[in-house]
Amino acid sequence: MAEVRYEKASRIFAGSPPVRAVDQLDLEVSDGEFLVLVGPSGSGKSTALRMLAGLEEVDEGGIFIGGRDVTTLAPKQRDIAMVFQSYALYPHMTVAENMGFALKLRGVPKTEIRSKVAEAATMLDLSPYLDRKPRALSGGQRQRVAMGRAIVREPSVFCMDEPLSNLDAKLRVETRANIAALQRRLGTTTIYVTHDQVEAMTMGHRVAVLQGGVLQQCDTPRALYERPANAFVAGFIGSPAMNLKTVPLTDEGAVLGGHTIRLPREVLSVASDEGLREVTLGVRPESMHLVGSDEAGSSMTVELVEELGADAFAYGTIDVNGTPERFVARVDARRPPAMGQQVTVAVHENELHVFHAEDGSRLL
Amino acid sequence: MTIDAATVQVATSAEARGGGGGARRAARSHRRRGPLASLGLHAALIAASVIAVFPVFWVLVTSFKPDARAVEPTPKLVNQSSLDNYVDVLNGSKGAFLSWFGNSVTIAAMTTVLGLFLAATTGYAVSRFNFPGRRGLMLGFLVIQMFPFAVLIVPLYNILLALGLQGSSIGLVLVYCTTAVPFCTYMLKGYFDTIPREIDEAGRVDGLSPFGVFWRLVLPLARPGLAVTAFYAFLTAWGEVAFASAFLSAADESKTLAVGLQVFVQQNRTEWGHLAAASILVAVPAVVVFYLVQRFLVAGLAAGSVKG
Repeated sequence: MAEVRYEKASRIFAGSPPVRAVDQLDLEVSDGEFLVLVGPSGSGKSTALRMLAGLEEVDEGGIFIGGRDVTTLAPKQRDIAMVFQSYALYPHMTVAENMGFALKLRGVPKTEIRSKVAEAATMLDLSPYLDRKPRALSGGQRQRVAMGRAIVREPSVFCMDEPLSNLDAKLRVETRANIAALQRRLGTTTIYVTHDQVEAMTMGHRVAVLQGGVLQQCDTPRALYERPANAFVAGFIGSPAMNLKTVPLTDEGAVLGGHTIRLPREVLSVASDEGLREVTLGVRPESMHLVGSDEAGSSMTVELVEELGADAFAYGTIDVNGTPERFVARVDARRPPAMGQQVTVAVHENELHVFHAEDGSRLL
Repeated sequence: MTIDAATVQVATSAEARGGGGGARRAARSHRRRGPLASLGLHAALIAASVIAVFPVFWVLVTSFKPDARAVEPTPKLVNQSSLDNYVDVLNGSKGAFLSWFGNSVTIAAMTTVLGLFLAATTGYAVSRFNFPGRRGLMLGFLVIQMFPFAVLIVPLYNILLALGLQGSSIGLVLVYCTTAVPFCTYMLKGYFDTIPREIDEAGRVDGLSPFGVFWRLVLPLARPGLAVTAFYAFLTAWGEVAFASAFLSAADESKTLAVGLQVFVQQNRTEWGHLAAASILVAVPAVVVFYLVQRFLVAGLAAGSVKG
């Protein structure tokens, strides 16, 4: 049980120029919290986790676990357990030996190891497989052994590096729920790395979004979704992704498909203070809806309709400042528009996101 | 039978590589071979097997014949054959055969153990750690292989003399290690590269020291590679003549087998029967070692070729 703190922690890979894989990361994870690090590949999320585990050096700044400075400690001195993407089970040991290995190294008596392994195995439905070697297990079972190996140690922090990405889609959803439930039950501080924003949103108490080694935003899933701090987070969180387009400003708002979308006065005054003539407008697909052709709205040419059963998404183009730009709108699944059809879409003006056209920061 | 299995294996790996087209290729290799092709293939394989096995077989046959009957214009399989040659060789009437045998076993075993230890630790370091001179080291190992033995004898002699190891078996072991270690390091590095780094990392998180990771995780997983390498190191020392005759003392009882066998080759005549009997006895330990490691051999030699 411990809280984790990154203090301006950086990892710099040598090269010309040197790459700041993780750049001045400031992050606090409270005791018992499930924090998800999410970002596209190369965002530094795995590196950040490996720095915490002691598998990657910390070139600047520091890392603290439970108030203890672990910046320069060896992995084994940090009281953490790690679940790897490839599981990294020891192929020459049985499931029970894999799970009990850390305890054996610590000199825990054999009977105690056996009872702890048995307990974890029951929790993970692994009891029938304790004498098997990893190669005789299915992917899902191996994944659970990797979890078991971490649980048995009762560490103060779990580090999980994309533990679900080698599972098939169905098992992934199932295991996702199991891991979240297990974490709630054990109450162990957990840092979980994934590139999958659905995993991030469903599992994390809080989600930290990284891009290019820099922390973009760290907040609850709902807050990330409703108030993304910048255009990157806005585009990364949510599926289908938010429509993000640079549109010209007028005195009243932004022009989209021949229709002026009114923007709040605060936004317009900030924009005019900064001398902006364009802003990046963010509209979630569900904030757009079809209206009758005689109503006010932007005109969109439908190119593709994706029907998912409960929902349908219409992909089409809307004229922005003379060029057709692609947009996605959620439409009524029972009455989707036809391909090639000209429709009128209106946006919920209170659900708009407005970002600085150049640096992407949030204006509203 | 063996051939069929091999073809299937090749087809499967082609399938794995080629993706979409794999099914068609696999189907083709499963088609029956024509009778003529089958005949030709078997004839070629039998011919190759005979070429490989016959010399050894003939040495075995010769080892039972008296020296005078060993080489004749019309060779016969059996000609006054008996176990006399073996008795002569083993009871020492032709030289201190058992001492040579003991020396060879000791020197080959020490070369194997020392060479394997050095090669495994070096190979692991080169495989896992980034240190200054890493590339140079591997390049050096490669270049060292290119020197012919004959060129090395004089400088090595001088070095052994300076170290006071000239004439001792430890000195010869070190000399063998200079040839075995670079090659074995290459082989083991390749093998260690196929063991995922995450296993090392999992071990470190679980509480192992870097040496603990090497000793308790990597070495057990590298057993096939170690077996092959051990076999190579053993053979390096077992059959070697040039270094052994140059660096061991001239006393009869300190010779190795390969050197000792030369007593059967004299200026005017060669004792073919005794030489053959002794050769068979020399081959036995090599066969035993081979038998022990052979189940790893195929896996080990192939391991570097396909990424695990």
